Amino acid sequence: MWLFYHKLGSPRYFYNLSGKLLPWFGWLTLLLILVGGYWGLVLAPPDYQQGDSYRIIYIHVPAAWMSLFVYIVMASAGAVGLIWKMKMADIVASCSAPLGAAFTFLALVTGSLWGKPMWGTYWVWDARLTSELILLFLYLGFIGLEAAIDDKRTAANACAVLALVGVVNIPIIHYSVEWWNTLHQGSTVTRLDKPAMDINMLIPLLLMWLGFMFYFGTSLFMRARNEVLHRERDTTWVKELVVE
Amino acid sequence: MSEASLSNAFFTILKRDLTLAYRTRTEMVNPLLFFIIVISLFPLAVSPDPVVLRSLAPGVIWVAALLATLLSLDSMFRSDFDDGALEQMLLSVHPVSVLVLGKVLAHWLVTGIPLLLLAPLLAILMHMPSSSVPALMITLALGGPILSLVGAIGVALTVGLRRGGVLLSLLVLPLYIPVLIFAANAVSNAAAGLAIAGQLYFLGALLAMSLTLAPLATAAALRISLR
Repeated sequence: MWLFYHKLGSPRYFYNLSGKLLPWFGWLTLLLILVGGYWGLVLAPPDYQQGDSYRIIYIHVPAAWMSLFVYIVMASAGAVGLIWKMKMADIVASCSAPLGAAFTFLALVTGSLWGKPMWGTYWVWDARLTSELILLFLYLGFIGLEAAIDDKRTAANACAVLALVGVVNIPIIHYSVEWWNTLHQGSTVTRLDKPAMDINMLIPLLLMWLGFMFYFGTSLFMRARNEVLHRERDTTWVKELVVE
Repeated sequence: MSEASLSNAFFTILKRDLTLAYRTRTEMVNPLLFFIIVISLFPLAVSPDPVVLRSLAPGVIWVAALLATLLSLDSMFRSDFDDGALEQMLLSVHPVSVLVLGKVLAHWLVTGIPLLLLAPLLAILMHMPSSSVPALMITLALGGPILSLVGAIGVALTVGLRRGGVLLSLLVLPLYIPVLIFAANAVSNAAAGLAIAGQLYFLGALLAMSLTLAPLATAAALRISLR
């Protein structure tokens, strides 16, 4: 187990392993999203209150879940990079950030598109929307800090500290925002309550979520492989790879 | 020199920073002037109507205090970074987090306390009911140190950068949101005659947490920035 873990820290080992896994991840992504999308958009029954417009949850909810998950991945990779000084962990953290920001943005956009027919407005200062927006700011801060520091190693460590501070803060921000909202405007907003969801709605949602997970894995691998080649461009194994 | 005890080192840093601040008084006054000017822009931009101002006041004063703190943060490590004193601090035998705490305390004494003392004046400008002024001062007393402590992490991360200023606000402002929510809410509640103990407890808890964790994160960030 430890051996595998330490091997994973080697860019070359990672490059080879991810190269083998990549096709699997890519095809699974495609399959899951196609099946989940068809099931969710065509086969699943319409909601008795919201009709067909609820179907945006098949994008929105997985994106929102992913936005938090990716932050956790990023912070964990950052912590690993700080503790064990693993090059790969730095690369994973820095490649996760734009993906996480994209998921967060997607969740916000789909949420507001859904909000227009449902709430009659694109944006309300609802607790969840607000914490998602703040999460986007945290991602952008991370990306900005990384871009501002020239030395890759220093940038990775600085970003790791920032991500860890963010991890401590996210629950606080989340609950303070929730508390602020409930105090200010009560439940004037009809939120998507979660009744026992129809199984025909739940399964495609979970499929889409798995599809998003594999999509994240796929594009993380692709970005990380590029980054590995770029950072290790002076090593012999990369040169041999290029010659091939 | 190496015989100096930890508390000795802490107070030396504190005294040094306060002396430095005293010698550059005009620089220290700028964030305060900024605080006053920003607040006086709101009646001009929104409306001089006392009713409107009263409802805006807690939020406006707190946002202005946040921005004023943000402006003053940059000076916390900047000059020490430029003349190499910061490296000497990292090399000293004492834990960096304690030294950082000394610098943060000095920063709060120099900027947080004046903001606190100016607040009643601004409350009058914004037509706040006098019943909410004590709440405003208590929240500034509890929240101000949090702003300095959390801000120190951001400054430590950006101190080595040439254009760290804007980035600093991007890093730090999202982390200030809980303080802003609880503090502004406490002041509005006080103006409406409601209880504010809950908000103050939250601010106290945030203060305790940032007091224990932020110096460690700042020390780690300084070590990374100065590598």
